[in-house]
Amino acid sequence: MSTESKPAAGGQGWHNVLLRSREGSLVLLIAFMTVLTTSLNPRFISPQSLKDLMLNVSIIALLVLGQTVIILMRQIDLSISSIVGITAFLSGILFINHPGIPSILVVLIAVVAGLLLGGINAALIAWGRIPALITTLGTLYIFRGANYAWVHGRQVNAVNVPGSFLAIGTSTLVGIPILTWIVLILLVVFAIGLRQYRIGREFYAIGSNPNAAVLAGINVSQRLATGFLISGAIAGLAGALWLARFGTVDATAAEGIELSVITSTVVGGVAITGGVGTVVGAVLGALLLSVFSSTLVFLRVPSFWQQAFQGAMLLLAIAADAYLAHRYALRLRVKWSHV
Amino acid sequence: MSPPVIELVDIYKSFGSTRVLEGVSLSLFPGEVHSLMGENGAGKSTLVKIMAGLHLADKGIARMSGQEVLFRSPSQAQQAGVSVIYQEPTLFRDLSIAENVFMHRQPNTAYGWIDYAAMNRAVSEHMSQLGVSLRPQDPVLGLSIADQQIVEIIKALTFEAKVLIMDEPTAALSLEEVKRLFQVVERLRNKGVALMFVSHRLEEVFSISQRITVMRDGRVVGSGPLQEWTTEEVIRKMVGRSLDALYPKEKVEPGKVVLRARDLRRAGVFKEISFEVRAGEIVGLAGLVGAGRSEVARAIFGIDPLDSGEVVIGETALTNHTPQMAMAAGIGLVPEDRQQQGLVMEMTVMRNVTLTVLRQVQRFGLVSKEKEREIAAQWTERMRLKGHIEEPASILSGGNQQKVVLAKWLATRPKLLIVDEPTRGVDVGAKSEVHRTLSQLAQQGMAIIMISSDLPEVIGMADRVLVMHEGKLTAELARSEATEEAIMFAATGQTGSIRDQKAKATSNGQS
Repeated sequence: MSTESKPAAGGQGWHNVLLRSREGSLVLLIAFMTVLTTSLNPRFISPQSLKDLMLNVSIIALLVLGQTVIILMRQIDLSISSIVGITAFLSGILFINHPGIPSILVVLIAVVAGLLLGGINAALIAWGRIPALITTLGTLYIFRGANYAWVHGRQVNAVNVPGSFLAIGTSTLVGIPILTWIVLILLVVFAIGLRQYRIGREFYAIGSNPNAAVLAGINVSQRLATGFLISGAIAGLAGALWLARFGTVDATAAEGIELSVITSTVVGGVAITGGVGTVVGAVLGALLLSVFSSTLVFLRVPSFWQQAFQGAMLLLAIAADAYLAHRYALRLRVKWSHV
Repeated sequence: MSPPVIELVDIYKSFGSTRVLEGVSLSLFPGEVHSLMGENGAGKSTLVKIMAGLHLADKGIARMSGQEVLFRSPSQAQQAGVSVIYQEPTLFRDLSIAENVFMHRQPNTAYGWIDYAAMNRAVSEHMSQLGVSLRPQDPVLGLSIADQQIVEIIKALTFEAKVLIMDEPTAALSLEEVKRLFQVVERLRNKGVALMFVSHRLEEVFSISQRITVMRDGRVVGSGPLQEWTTEEVIRKMVGRSLDALYPKEKVEPGKVVLRARDLRRAGVFKEISFEVRAGEIVGLAGLVGAGRSEVARAIFGIDPLDSGEVVIGETALTNHTPQMAMAAGIGLVPEDRQQQGLVMEMTVMRNVTLTVLRQVQRFGLVSKEKEREIAAQWTERMRLKGHIEEPASILSGGNQQKVVLAKWLATRPKLLIVDEPTRGVDVGAKSEVHRTLSQLAQQGMAIIMISSDLPEVIGMADRVLVMHEGKLTAELARSEATEEAIMFAATGQTGSIRDQKAKATSNGQS
């Protein structure tokens, strides 16, 4: 992973130092919390609990990949949880209605369904010019509502799902769950895509300065649409994996996780104002939050505190960013002014 | 002489009913710096935007190396070899210099990955050719405006620009930075690039160009090689009318001191700012963009905090004050940007005017429409506003919008009124009405600080002119001493006598 943690803009500018320190400080924080909790309760690093940790973080981390692309462009996608809900149930229904259907086909169908739902966001935002916050807030409710109507009180249970599919969420390879491997591979793909391909850099450019992006000849609408399609497809994949991980899916599946995903992304150093951040940082952000809630559990902190701590972490991350940016701006002001 | 690289013939352009360009023809030659001069609103920017592919001309043709061309977008113009550098560079501040140069056309390696090494190398090469030392992999965020312009120039070079247009590139630069930019320009000229330089600064124009064209009211009023011009001739052509008629400042005997600013300092923005303004006086605050004039005004009004120094209004000393306290003490501020800072565009004229005096228009704690109407009518009539007070401010012309902003502040009956660029983007008729109003207010005993980049305006209106350069006051000129040259001299931070500078400008003009 470390080879992919190259920051947005190569070199040693302050930004990179900051970003690097962001990724570095995330790793440090995660290590610190692990050591602390282990010293209080050695079971924290038992193989079972590590596996649980990886499984818990995997689906959030997967969604973080799509959300990073979106936030880099100064946009937001709130509708992902509803897309996960629909595609998770869709995957289950496919197994029930078509016994013997190949798992890979189910995953593919879930991804295509996610792509189509993401396409609705894409069309409204890129060509309808409706702000993403409003569009995806609307589709968050619409998709979830449609899901309720369709599911109509039914439930998919583990017995309906073939064991080979559930194995994605249970069996491991070199000690790491298959589910986590899938996310790691996609993390590498996204990290390379955002760093080494024009389209990746153009996502950064659009978030950094939309007007300059137009002047550079970038088709901004098309890139926005691409982003929301990616986010939708990732959510579709996450839906299928949700079924594999939990086995049980009803109409409320994945409700509310969009906020955890956005929190992770921002804690991971992707600026909500666009143009700055990496997928590696964002995924580390997800890992940090996950470790943090496990820590709270192991330290027997009442569960109703967990959300409060998550919120505090988000504000802390943003406050730290704002503070550093402010100090830097002051330094520049003095440096340029010759006064 | 070699044929022109780009040739504009008989260009017309209107926006709505306003004619901006009326039959402009212009040629740029290789290895030549061609300066385009003219007052605000002469049509320079529109002409530049047509060459940049941002606007389409209504009539007229453009030729490049004899071939007729039509640019429908900035990228078409760039591909054809025409690059424009604007006063405020449009860059991606979060990305590296090299990425900014090559965005959307990055070189690829054999595997289809972006070739960062090749990008950095290409940018480094251009940098050493231009004699600048920046690191291609550094982010743009840490760069000064001057360095950002260098990045834009390098971008233009990678397009193999044959024509490079610079729209007021020096407006925000320090003298040192201007020198460096001009060295770069000189190198480009030697490489055979045709350069166009839009500027208000006479001295720069005379030192760098080989050809000067002057525009006025959408037409070319004079064009020719440098030898044919003198500074006086350029100014005469630019202005084309007598100054006194436009700027009717009445003579007023200054009264008591209204504002006393003592040693104001804000780290990195301005320092050692001390001056006084008396009742009935209009004090012009001149300087180049970025000299810190608006920032001083904002600090006096309490928007930005001062690090040290004292602001005294009449008998009241203000320290750590808020805009509310400044208003209570009798200060009004008409900001530079009407649309963003001065007006709520969607609200009616009436609502805008009474925003500053809501307390006066309330009855039982609620806003009374009758009182609002009464106060708004009173002030808008005094301002001779064209337009109904119950219409939204957004539908008014620039000049009338400015009158609404003035009315809004006059309603607070300030002792000191600070106006920042009061006539920017305002047509000539409305301009003289704004001037007449300011003059009348001074006559009635108001103290006025007028920030303006429009030198004829400053010279015509101000009783005294304070000049700022890079955050410091560099000159205080009485009305009789305030010439365009004297102000520009102080504004560019040069030392030495004004006479020397005049002599230099003239000798340049005749060389």
